[in-house]
Amino acid sequence: MNQQLQLDFDKMIKTLKIPEKEIQLKKSFLKKFIENGFPNRKQEDWKFLDISQIIKKNISELTFFNDYSLPNKIDPSIFIDGLEHNKIIFINGRIEKIDFSYEDQSQIEINDEIGKNIKFDYENSLIDLNNAFTNKVYKILIKKNYSLKKPLIIYHSTNNKIKSKNVNLSLNFELEENSCLRLIDYFSDNTDKNFVNILYNFNLKKYSILKNYKLDKFRNNNLKYSFNNIEQDDNSISETFILSAGSDYFKNEVNCNLNGEYSSAFINGVFSLKENQQHEIRSTINHLVENTKSYQLIKSVLGKNSKSAYQGRIFVDSKAQKTDGYQLSKAILLDETSEFNAKPELEIYADDVKCSHGSASGSLNENSIFYLMSRGLNYQQSKELLINGFLLDVVEKITDSEIRNLVKNIIGLKE
Amino acid sequence: MDTREKDIEKLKDYKYGFTTDIENIKAPKGLNEDVIKFISNIKKEPQWMLDFRLKAYERLKLLKEPNWQKPKYPKIDYQDLYYYSAPKSMKDKPKSLDELDPKLLETYKKLGIPLQEQARLNGIAVDAVFDSVSVATTFKGELTKHGIIFCSMSEAIQKHPELVKKYLGTVIPVTDHFFATLNSAVFTDGSFVYIPKGVKCPMELSTYFRINASQTGQFERTLIIADEGSYVSYLEGCTAPMRDENQLHAANVELIALDDAEIKYSTVQNWYPGDENGKGGIYNFVTKRGLCKGKNSKISWTQVETGSAITWKYPSCILKGDNSIGEFYSIAITNNHQKADTGTKMIHLGKNTKSKIISKGISAGFSDMTYRGLVDINSKAKNSSNYTQCDSLLMGNKCGAHTVPYIKNKNFDSNIAHEATTSKISEEQLHYCQQRGLNPEEAVGLIVNGFCKEVLQQLPMEFAVEAQKLVGISLEGSVG
Repeated sequence: MNQQLQLDFDKMIKTLKIPEKEIQLKKSFLKKFIENGFPNRKQEDWKFLDISQIIKKNISELTFFNDYSLPNKIDPSIFIDGLEHNKIIFINGRIEKIDFSYEDQSQIEINDEIGKNIKFDYENSLIDLNNAFTNKVYKILIKKNYSLKKPLIIYHSTNNKIKSKNVNLSLNFELEENSCLRLIDYFSDNTDKNFVNILYNFNLKKYSILKNYKLDKFRNNNLKYSFNNIEQDDNSISETFILSAGSDYFKNEVNCNLNGEYSSAFINGVFSLKENQQHEIRSTINHLVENTKSYQLIKSVLGKNSKSAYQGRIFVDSKAQKTDGYQLSKAILLDETSEFNAKPELEIYADDVKCSHGSASGSLNENSIFYLMSRGLNYQQSKELLINGFLLDVVEKITDSEIRNLVKNIIGLKE
Repeated sequence: MDTREKDIEKLKDYKYGFTTDIENIKAPKGLNEDVIKFISNIKKEPQWMLDFRLKAYERLKLLKEPNWQKPKYPKIDYQDLYYYSAPKSMKDKPKSLDELDPKLLETYKKLGIPLQEQARLNGIAVDAVFDSVSVATTFKGELTKHGIIFCSMSEAIQKHPELVKKYLGTVIPVTDHFFATLNSAVFTDGSFVYIPKGVKCPMELSTYFRINASQTGQFERTLIIADEGSYVSYLEGCTAPMRDENQLHAANVELIALDDAEIKYSTVQNWYPGDENGKGGIYNFVTKRGLCKGKNSKISWTQVETGSAITWKYPSCILKGDNSIGEFYSIAITNNHQKADTGTKMIHLGKNTKSKIISKGISAGFSDMTYRGLVDINSKAKNSSNYTQCDSLLMGNKCGAHTVPYIKNKNFDSNIAHEATTSKISEEQLHYCQQRGLNPEEAVGLIVNGFCKEVLQQLPMEFAVEAQKLVGISLEGSVG
């Protein structure tokens, strides 16, 4: 594996036209990654999803070099109908199109920012891998007082040209004062056995609002990892919704630093898993100053042989008085082979806080099924109705009505 | 001779039997095979016991100290410790209560501990006559009548080798984690309890009643076996502050409940926590594990942790038998620079198993409190359920309270519910109490006692009263 890494890295460096300084930087990231390797279950944060094993067993010969010289054909059938939107299209990790045609162009800036890698105080070898191999890092800046008229949809799509590939992509967003962005990540894959590694960094200035919806619905055999880092200034709001259903393996991480007073973060997630899928959401909310708020709701419906995990961590600094933190995770296990793991963590150093978490898991309530069946529904219908209601609860938390309806349609929820 | 006299005889035997000839003997410093052989030899242990220790030592060589826990401590040099020293001779002990630290006496007074017990706690030489007519002897007679074995571990190895051999190390194997394995290799003494079939132990068994309990040393080993249909309630420790020259305490406690048996294990731990600046103090690294081996068995842990500089323990239940029940009630209080990382593990293996966890953590001063727990429902544990509640109370913004639960559900028939909250004492409640004439400290004591009520209720009567007072005392100086 290490040999392959080095080989592919050298190949990539040859095709990239970047200054020597940046090459050195990339080299240092590669070195760090080779030292640590893919995360495994011995690491606390990866206890429930052992990427190292998954790659060994399911992908085996992973390669890291992607030839981005030729454009890919965009298949318009992947586009979402019935919702006017701006687009960024990634195919096999290559940016094919950036389209902000609905917006005032003077209010949005797009810059190529390769080399300005973001550094986190966070031990994560996949971020190192991403920093080493991304060939383009765009920064999207939304200017002061501008709210995007239409949502931005980032299409993450793969086609059959790639197999057993590692694809890394990275984007930077900066939302200036009082700006607003609605961002949808939409995954559609035509491939299997690839490892997609996505890194987003958001910088939210005062009074700005970010709404990020990650929709992974279509069944595919890929392994995906997504890391969102969100820095929040005074009075900013971030809302993250994750639909985790399509890929074989998917781990979503959200790291949110509430650096400004009265800032708030919301994370809601739905796992809807079937046959052999293993998904995880891991969130870290750092309450660093006074009067900040966070709310998290994660629900899972788990079918045969599937496994979901939720690791949520609320950290409250000793300065962060009057913090309000809440976490709730619930799971329905539909089969004897399904498994739910949770680790809702509270780490609190301030006394005037309101923090709580809850977690519940079990099977569908037999009494409720009985009630519905006595009203004339059959067993399957009753089950579906109950699951529908269970998940609807999370989807209703989406504040944007247009997108809420879209998500309902995608999941197939009825009201 | 009537039974009582016999008992007195036995007691004398026990008290002076082997201790006299080993007086002032110390094992050489350090940890190696010879030291282990020395300990085993001096205790006249049979070969299988020595083999057990050596096996543990072999394993220990491969193990590393764990470092995942929150409280960090300075590195311990295991080669710089004495693993065996004979109990202090009578000469070295304080002659009367007047020689003791007045601070300690004051605390005793607050807790309402009788003079006689105060003396016993500090190992003050009490003359034999006085001792032999004490409650302890009377109790001992009663226990023998029921066929209950309650003695020191060393005695059990000599007198009931078949029981010890059968059960020792079955719940905490010699291959367990570092400190448990260290204990298996070098443990000195501890308690042994066996309750025969169908016997309900008529009284609370307590280390109080076992003479020389205060000298069990730093590596204590306890084994409690409840045979079919029996019941026992065991009390460990006491509310009185305990001082000890050993800094590291790594005890192992094993409980085994067979079919329809019930064990209730209550602990009040008040080891020396170090001074206000966090200097000194005891490291309490205990491994406690109970095995509900039989059907319908039940193990219940209740603990009040107020002492020691670092507490690090997770009394656990392995629910192997069908319909077995595990319970864990805990109060952990940390003040000044104390650190506690405590919680439980409930491992559901059998069908219809139930577990309940109630944990209350209170941190004040500069202290750090962590609840760390695991609930694991195995795929074969059909129709099992768990309920967990862990609440933390913070006093001041220099301390920390953390909750780290691990929840694993592999069975779709089973339910797990978990709740946790963190808050502080509300100003309104304090104001109300003070308005009624309580001073701030009393008010806090009252509110905290209310917060802990669910756990205090689980303690045996006599213990509960003292524990309640202890909760108040532990938080002294944290208000205002």
